[in-house]
Amino acid sequence: MRIFVCVKAVPDTAARIKVKDGASIDPSGVKFVLGPYDARAVAKAISLKEAAGDGAEVIAISAGGTKGERDAKKRIKDALALGADRGILIPDEASENRDPLEVAKALAAAIKAEGEHSLVLLGRTAVDDQAMSVGPMLGALLGAPCVTDAVGLEVADGKATVTRAAEGRQQTVELTLPAVVSGQRDLAEEKYPKLKEILKAGKKKIATFEHTWGDSGYTVTALEPPPEPVAGKIVGEGPDAVPELFNLLQNEAKKLSF
Amino acid sequence: MASKVLVITEVRGGKVKKGALECLAEASRQKDALGGGDVTALVIGGPSAAGVAAELGAQGADRVLTATADWLDHYNGDAYAKIAVNAIKQESPEVVLVAATLDGKDLAPRIAAHLDVGYAADVTGMTVDGGKLLLTRPVYAGKAYAKVSLTKSPQIASPRPNTFALLEGGGAAGAASELAVDFSAADVGATVTGEAAASADKADLTEASIIVSGGRGMKGPENFSMLEEFADLIGATVGASRAVVDAGWRPHSDQVGQTGKTVSPNLYFAVGISGAIQHLAGMSTSKCIVAINKDSDAPIFKVADYGIVGDLFEVMPKMIEHAKSLKG
Repeated sequence: MRIFVCVKAVPDTAARIKVKDGASIDPSGVKFVLGPYDARAVAKAISLKEAAGDGAEVIAISAGGTKGERDAKKRIKDALALGADRGILIPDEASENRDPLEVAKALAAAIKAEGEHSLVLLGRTAVDDQAMSVGPMLGALLGAPCVTDAVGLEVADGKATVTRAAEGRQQTVELTLPAVVSGQRDLAEEKYPKLKEILKAGKKKIATFEHTWGDSGYTVTALEPPPEPVAGKIVGEGPDAVPELFNLLQNEAKKLSF
Repeated sequence: MASKVLVITEVRGGKVKKGALECLAEASRQKDALGGGDVTALVIGGPSAAGVAAELGAQGADRVLTATADWLDHYNGDAYAKIAVNAIKQESPEVVLVAATLDGKDLAPRIAAHLDVGYAADVTGMTVDGGKLLLTRPVYAGKAYAKVSLTKSPQIASPRPNTFALLEGGGAAGAASELAVDFSAADVGATVTGEAAASADKADLTEASIIVSGGRGMKGPENFSMLEEFADLIGATVGASRAVVDAGWRPHSDQVGQTGKTVSPNLYFAVGISGAIQHLAGMSTSKCIVAINKDSDAPIFKVADYGIVGDLFEVMPKMIEHAKSLKG
């Protein structure tokens, strides 16, 4: 069984983000990491591989920069250190505002070029672009069924059974293989790289898949800092302020009624 | 020919999602700017989804297309996408809107990929210029905002719930027609074999009109009973910051924030929550934010509309007592 895991280099969620020249963020001082949801997808892929026994292979694939801070190769190495067998890098020096559909097309092309693929896993979203799109787009492009927000995944007899954390409810969905599954945090326990795996990772192969980037129509025309928050009202101190708070919520903001 | 707008309107339990009604209302308001064509609502679901034409008409739908089958009662992304793509090929809209609920954000990108067009997810602002959408969407947990345009047709976007207002008056029921569903789950390789409500009595955070969230200042899981009591009195749902979820005091499904849920309620109480940027990412588009915190320098006060600086262990009992007295 071949499991592909798509990973992305993203700023750490605690990073201070500053917009520079109205078009991109200032990467200096920003720590880039393996996307937190991607990391859970990698952990799940490894545990599926371990359960499957011999012959199962986990391939980490990433589209992104190869110079400077947004280093996709480093994130593939993170996945290799968690136990992935080999990696595929799709160079994209203009990855910052790349159209998610273009990313999905590149990933689909690289996966198709590899031939057999049973399962494609990835995080539910990248914490920088937050579009939650690449997973479902990849399913459409590969002609594979797809479920997002997975908190459980089992593979047996040519089928994937996914538990999806939908809004207000949980769904169980059966997919024929090959299938695409995007993972929520609870898809797998957080995995920490062991020294043995980190050392092995240095010897694992990362191939390069050259891709000609196109234009699917999604264009970022500007990047702006968030709007200045309008100063609110400190109603008062301690419990004595409560009646006035309720008064404002009912009569000024009109957000509460009894 | 006049350009049309198609709004894919999510229905659950026989009721149209509010975010979907908001998209219809906005499409109706922007009708002329978008080219003057019909606003069409597309409903996909089980038999209980069939009876909503009047509700859609009231928010501006000129026409309603319905595709229903028993097996579509539970959301199935692969199946819903196939139906939507066929409807779009039939209708040729210039603009397609899908409210950015979790299912909406699952569905819209599939449609975009099938049609080979770009898609703007989780839109918090939309203006129209010469028939083209100019969209605003938060990125980096709301630390920046991207301005986006879509240069291919149809332009597909998923607006965040609570971004647009509903229409005041009621319009006529949209003229309804049926779309045949001539395939099965097996044809798309995805079958929903089970669905269970997360909690029978608890409203989902993403659908709640009022949320009361607790943070590290709550000091322990047992103290959340105060928030639950207050929430019951005002018809709210209880949420949590990441810190208390990581501590095991509240389940992950209660978490609001960048790695939790994104919510847009009318009223959000942040109790004992400092206001870290990752938390704000999940609730900053709330219509009204109230902060209760003993630290007057807590960042939450910069985004709150109203605040009480004080010990929540003294303030919350008073909030409960006052709410009880107002309820009578």
